[in-house]
Amino acid sequence: MKISFKRFFPQRHVSAGTLRNSFDRRSIVVGSIQGGVGVLLAARLGYLSIAQNAKYELQAESNRVNLSLIPPRRGWIMDRNGTPLASNRADFRVDLIPERVQDPAHTIQTLGKLLSLSPIAMQDLEDKLERARRFAPVEVASGLDWDTFAAVSVRLPDLPGVVTQRGFSRFYPLGPSVGHLIGYVGPASAEEYEKDRDPVLITPGYKVGKDALEKFYEKDLRGKPGARRVEVTASGRIVRDLDTREDVPGKTLKLTIDAGIQEYASRRIGPESAAVVVMDCQTGDILAMCSMPSFDPNSFSDGIGRLEWKMLSDDDHVPLRNKVLRGLYPPGSTVKPMVALSFMEAGLDPNESVFCGGGLRVGNRVFHCWNRRGHGSVNMAKGIYQSCDVYFYHFAQRIGMDPIAAMAGRLGLGKDFPLPVSGQSYGTVPNPAWKLKKYGKEWQTFDTVNATIGQGYFLVNPLQQAVQVSRIASGRIIMPRLVHGHEHEVAPSLGIPSDHLAYIHQAMSDVANGPGSARHAALPFPDIKLAGKTGTAQVVGLNIGSGKGGLWKHRDHGHFICFAPFDNPRYACAVVCEHGGGSPSAYPIARDVLTYIFDKQKGMDVLTELEKKWGGTPKERLDARYRTYSAQYGVGAPAVSAEEENRKLQGADTPQDPSQPIVRDAASPAPEPDPADQPPAAAATPSPSPTPTAPAPGNTGGNTP
Amino acid sequence: MISRSIVPDAIARQPWHMLIPLMSLVSLGAAVLYSAAGGNLQPYALSHVMRFLIFLCMAIVISRFSRDFFRMAAYPVYGAIVVLLVLVEAIGAVGGGSQRWLNLGFMTLQPSELMKPAIVLVLARFYETLPHAMTASWRGLVPAGVLIGIPALFVMIQPDLGTALAICFGGAVTMFLAGLPLSWFIGAGATAAVVAPIAFFTLLHDYQRNRVLVFLDPESDPLGTGYHITQSKIAIGSGGFLGKGFGNGSQSHLQYLPESHTDFVFATMAEEWGMLGGLFVLFVFAIVLSWGLRVARRAPDRFSSLLAAGMSATIFFYVAINLMMVMGLAPVVGIPLPFMSHGGTSMLTNMICVGTLMAVNRWNRRPGSIS
Repeated sequence: MKISFKRFFPQRHVSAGTLRNSFDRRSIVVGSIQGGVGVLLAARLGYLSIAQNAKYELQAESNRVNLSLIPPRRGWIMDRNGTPLASNRADFRVDLIPERVQDPAHTIQTLGKLLSLSPIAMQDLEDKLERARRFAPVEVASGLDWDTFAAVSVRLPDLPGVVTQRGFSRFYPLGPSVGHLIGYVGPASAEEYEKDRDPVLITPGYKVGKDALEKFYEKDLRGKPGARRVEVTASGRIVRDLDTREDVPGKTLKLTIDAGIQEYASRRIGPESAAVVVMDCQTGDILAMCSMPSFDPNSFSDGIGRLEWKMLSDDDHVPLRNKVLRGLYPPGSTVKPMVALSFMEAGLDPNESVFCGGGLRVGNRVFHCWNRRGHGSVNMAKGIYQSCDVYFYHFAQRIGMDPIAAMAGRLGLGKDFPLPVSGQSYGTVPNPAWKLKKYGKEWQTFDTVNATIGQGYFLVNPLQQAVQVSRIASGRIIMPRLVHGHEHEVAPSLGIPSDHLAYIHQAMSDVANGPGSARHAALPFPDIKLAGKTGTAQVVGLNIGSGKGGLWKHRDHGHFICFAPFDNPRYACAVVCEHGGGSPSAYPIARDVLTYIFDKQKGMDVLTELEKKWGGTPKERLDARYRTYSAQYGVGAPAVSAEEENRKLQGADTPQDPSQPIVRDAASPAPEPDPADQPPAAAATPSPSPTPTAPAPGNTGGNTP
Repeated sequence: MISRSIVPDAIARQPWHMLIPLMSLVSLGAAVLYSAAGGNLQPYALSHVMRFLIFLCMAIVISRFSRDFFRMAAYPVYGAIVVLLVLVEAIGAVGGGSQRWLNLGFMTLQPSELMKPAIVLVLARFYETLPHAMTASWRGLVPAGVLIGIPALFVMIQPDLGTALAICFGGAVTMFLAGLPLSWFIGAGATAAVVAPIAFFTLLHDYQRNRVLVFLDPESDPLGTGYHITQSKIAIGSGGFLGKGFGNGSQSHLQYLPESHTDFVFATMAEEWGMLGGLFVLFVFAIVLSWGLRVARRAPDRFSSLLAAGMSATIFFYVAINLMMVMGLAPVVGIPLPFMSHGGTSMLTNMICVGTLMAVNRWNRRPGSIS
């Protein structure tokens, strides 16, 4: 190199010899550089494969091995006898992970062909794909047979983003009968994933509880995901299984529900929009809690399609609302046993009578009895079994509203209960303080009068009515319970003297078994007697409709509360038949449900006959309706935005505070149809009280598009 | 008839101390390709060995040519390849897209590859004929620059940066060894340092620029261009000292490693054979290249020594750039590893270089003879 520097000087002598010399020196330089590069490469090689070996080994391993979560089997939900209400079915499924799909249109087309999806299903799939978060798997199909599953599986390398899986899907054997009770499952939404960063939530095929018990007990039912380690190629093709860790299924949830009663009651409701609650009035166990019409939770688990959505939201019977907990209704005459108890506690002699001539003048207004012809002389028992309004108008003025409201509270009206449900509408038990606070108006006598017949501001839900009748039947503070297995403690006494209760029980028994208002409600057993109370709650004033016919949403609500056996109360039942046209729509349901409880065969015989008329079980009718819709609309149903769907689902659930217009007048009760061919009284005298009563919360929700 | 009497003699006189390590390297290459094909001789390993044997015969034939034949052929060969380069460019322009090869019917020919040994040949010839006194003047520089520049430009616009660099490198080394003033190289180096950034932003294609940027920070683009470098480093690094064992390389077998049988064959090898295999490869190349340089230094005349040194520099360039690339020391340029990567053209070029070295080696042993 020393000589090389001389090259800086110009006009050197260049000859063959100097060039040869220069070549020799420079070839050594070139050789050294080559050697140097060789050493550098060797050092680099050593650095990579020795010093950083651990790091790269890990990276190679994480390339090679793909850990996929196996969604855990969801815990079963069982009834009190161990019959599954929600179980898991092994199935083959296909999911789509949006962020891995390269050509969505092509992928959907191919899948549509492979799985022979209907145009409606394709449309729903496109909707779901559009709406899904990039990482959240979208269910394409489940419950596939092996051939279809295999047909998709072999094409996986050409369909990036498609995941096929053997897994388990939720199955509800009772279908629509348990829709509102159990809820349903569905893929986790973005909000749910944000709240709970459990990676199992975005595992294809994993469903979270979306409503009711499935949602409430989500953490218990979830279980622990299993894991499968597989060797995968760079393009994601699985080469082989390495090892598998089994999932830990979720905990089993045992309910107090009796599957047989639950299903029977749901089916017995038939085409009505109704709620039925059956309780064990000794323990508070809820044996059945039905709200019909309902949805099929089995078909909700892959998301709610456009057509399905249209079908459910078109239905004015509001299948999406759980009427047991969220439906609020004026209780009508079903409050009379409760009011009578408060009278007795206030010191009223039950034998004290009043003359009913079909109405009672209070101040300058006339309050009519439902029986415009009058009941003659009425004591407390007759006031209950004949449901005489004048009796209650008369004595309520003497006793006052406060003792009545207090008794209503003791019996559970206006309360909510510690149940594993996502919300209860607890309604209103009006009293003077409440009215002053809410409307800033003084309590009026007519308010008391309205309240004693369960009209005016009075609003209850069917569960409260069941609790009320359980407490009346047992004389104890019965608390409703849904989850089985807690130690039974004998519920504390209500503190109502037993002779008061016995008097009321007898009067309620006479409703069905004596000279009462619902003689067809008697059970078809000579030795088991049912005690009950009818109720008919007006929805609109008599000037708009009689409450018996005309527009469905103008018809009266029918109520029936009862317990049986009358002499040793065991089962309590409350039925609300929305716009059923009065109590005759309600008590046959209660009667048949109790008949079923005591004699399954007898109950089923009745139901089989009825279902022939109605066109099958609720499931069959729902399916038929779906077929009609798909024939009628096809893919033409409008898309439902996520917000709207959410709003409606929640809206149907949100405890409503129904706009209770201020009541300025007497609510004349609608005539209670009597088995003994009572002529419709609405035709007899036009009501002087045209103000509509508080509309039931449900009767508008179903009609808004 | 003549050849039959020559064969034993020819075999005996081959440089076996270089050829045997080279054959073992090719065998290792074949083993790696066998594994990369998932344990099959087809499609890589068998054709790899076949090509080597065919081209070895070709190299032996080349080594039989006389010095004067080489001298005579230098300019015509160079000219013919430049014409082919132009032809490729023209066909590419007509066909509407970039093209690097000519389809001769029985094989595809990549003229740019042939230019690598040809540039060395033509420069050796040029400096031999250049009067010694002119070596340090512009007349020693400009014609050589033109000889390098024409093919380099054509290859560059193909675009094939790697091959263009290889041609320039081969030419530059030959010029350096020819005795051009050192100050010119230092000046050129300094100029390159200034021009390179400008060229980087103006001359290079987007994908080339991107490759360089990604090379500087592979993790910036783990799924794109950086993916190659990252996966290659994972393959080499995870091999450890002894490797994962023959046929057990997960990176290559599960297709994480791109181009596992061509440009990144070293990574495929290092994953299964470990650092030990890597050192063996380096060792064989050291033998071959140092043999090449020794041949050059022993060469009696200017032409043969420049030719031999240039040829070994060309092989070296392949090896160095490829290994630096797979180990993350250089950007991704499409340069295969001599004697290991699967690919006919690269094998052809390198065996031409080896054949030329063997020819010079033969001339050395019979100084002055013109057989």
